[in-house]
Amino acid sequence: MSEASETFEFTSQNLERCQDYLKRYPTKQAAMLPVLHVAQEQHGFISKEVETAVAEVLEVPEVEVHKVVTFYTLFHRHPVGRHQIRLCMNLACWLRGSDCIKAHLEEKLGVASGGTTSDGKITWEAVSDCMGACEDAPMMQLDKDYYDELTPEKVDQILEKETA
Amino acid sequence: MPLYTLISKDFYNEDARDANWYKQNRQGFEGAEKAFEMSPEDIISEVKTSNLRGLGGAGFPTGIKWGFVPKDSGKPIYLAVNADESEPGTFKDKYIMTWDPHRLIEGIIITCWAIKAHVAYIYIRGEYVRPYEHLQRAIDQAYEEGILGDKVMGRDFKLDVYIHRGAGAYICGEETGLLESLEGKKGWPRLKPPFPAVVGAFGSPTVVNNVETIAHVPEIIKQGGQWFADLGCEKNGGTRLMCVSGHVNKPDVYEIQLGTPLYELIYDHAGGIVDGKKMKAVIPGGSSAKVLTAEEADCDCSIEALQAAGSMLGSGGVMVMHEDTCMVKALQVITSFYAHESCGQCTPCREGTGWLLRTLNRLLRGDGHPSDVDTMLDLSGNMQGTSICALSEAAAWPVESFILKFREEFDYIARHGRSMVAEKQSVPA
Ligand SMILES: Cc1cc2nc3c(=O)[nH]c(=O)nc-3n(C[C@H](O)[C@H](O)[C@H](O)COP(=O)(O)O)c2cc1C
Ligand code: SF4
Ligand code: FES
Repeated sequence: MSEASETFEFTSQNLERCQDYLKRYPTKQAAMLPVLHVAQEQHGFISKEVETAVAEVLEVPEVEVHKVVTFYTLFHRHPVGRHQIRLCMNLACWLRGSDCIKAHLEEKLGVASGGTTSDGKITWEAVSDCMGACEDAPMMQLDKDYYDELTPEKVDQILEKETA
Repeated sequence: MPLYTLISKDFYNEDARDANWYKQNRQGFEGAEKAFEMSPEDIISEVKTSNLRGLGGAGFPTGIKWGFVPKDSGKPIYLAVNADESEPGTFKDKYIMTWDPHRLIEGIIITCWAIKAHVAYIYIRGEYVRPYEHLQRAIDQAYEEGILGDKVMGRDFKLDVYIHRGAGAYICGEETGLLESLEGKKGWPRLKPPFPAVVGAFGSPTVVNNVETIAHVPEIIKQGGQWFADLGCEKNGGTRLMCVSGHVNKPDVYEIQLGTPLYELIYDHAGGIVDGKKMKAVIPGGSSAKVLTAEEADCDCSIEALQAAGSMLGSGGVMVMHEDTCMVKALQVITSFYAHESCGQCTPCREGTGWLLRTLNRLLRGDGHPSDVDTMLDLSGNMQGTSICALSEAAAWPVESFILKFREEFDYIARHGRSMVAEKQSVPA
């Protein structure tokens, strides 16, 4: 798991990216999501300290940042594993066997959905949203990529290759 | 009718990601060139003639929507392209952004010229990291080539296009939830009216259109509104991308002419039902659309025909279920999604979705009561017409239609504590 640090400061390069985002909108607050994405990329999750830094960049009250962070599911509020898996449990994936993949991941990773493996490597979750890849059901997202037509064997291969 | 390739020709063609290839091989940006010779009013009237209807779900006529933008508000005008693609069963916009991004950019240029906008935001769902990267690369190239920027294609017209990445919330696909999210807030939908075309992003007139809607615009301008209208059927012009998933042999995205029979799409193009099984039910327009029995699904794919069949073409997400599907469990899967995604502003939606889910969970655990079935029907009735946005109805329609059409399965599980259908869910080999 990423270290829960006491302080957070944007790197100068990331601060520049934030400034660039700010130019795209007529209000500063509108850069909220892009700036939060940059912050999470740098820090791994959005801590209280990160919220403060984001509020400073956007010149909005911290509570505005907090409201947004708690609303959107892709922002983590606690440290997560180095890799993240989201398994789709919506209709098309369920019709093609996502239940079985879920059971396999549970067993393989030794932790229930929503948890992180004991070595801190992988955080995984079975999610109710359709991820827009029903043609490839059952599917999951691992970090930035989508993985298609999963079988337990395929999941094992993917985990071995991508999270070794 | 055979499949058509008006906007899907270049899916899986890596070359098409290059602006110059698009120019040389697809008469790329000639639609925009032509549009610049036309007045904005003429473009809008061409799009009205085309019978292009919004492809994000509601099917609103695109030209008419553009015409709602006030002429002299004195405020900047925005285009917001809806790339949230989060309606369950829908996966088409991903293909356009990944494989044919310059067609989308060209559509944006023409649309912005027509509505007099100088900034377009593309709101893309956060999970779409790779589609975002492809689209951003295409936008960067468009700036380098002078296709976007201070002088669009050498004209005295300025246009900036920015991608805005979402962060995991279905409700941000609803157009006013999207606008709130774009402004850096929670995606809480707004009461309408005012409609976004009058008061949208940052208090300014904003046209919100789906990715695919915009991607159709270049060909309409190139080949004419009447030509596009003639490709489709009455009141519903052109072609559209249909996303077929579930128990079919070839789940995929298929471009059809409007008016193509739904059976043809499922049986001929998508290869029919897996394992030679019988079709039991189809959700024809994303999970918010009412479910159809196999018999009811014997109709054409058009907004009007599906409405007449008692459902909707919605976002074009066709989810097919075969005879072994437990409809109670299928409804529970759908309902857990809506319960999770309700933004919580309106009591009937927030409480209703939670209540429905708990009831379905109880039924599936074997702890149901025969009266649960009617209670769910009552509840779904109360969730309609009482809330700020259409999510509440989107959650109620599946419940109502599943129960009305497959009532015996619900009554059975409520009485006997187990599913009537032997669940034979298996992972395809
Ligand atoms: C709950 C809800 C979710 C929606 N999600 C999407 C979506 O993901 N993508 C989309 O284009 N439209 C979505 N819509 C429809 C939009 O509100 C809007 O009608 C559409 O973007 C307008 O574009 P169009 O006229 O080109 O279809 C959704 C609507 C509702 C009520
Ligand atoms: S209907 Fe549901 S999702 Fe829509 S605004 Fe109300 S509570 Fe939110
Ligand atoms: S249902 Fe899983 S990606 Fe759509």
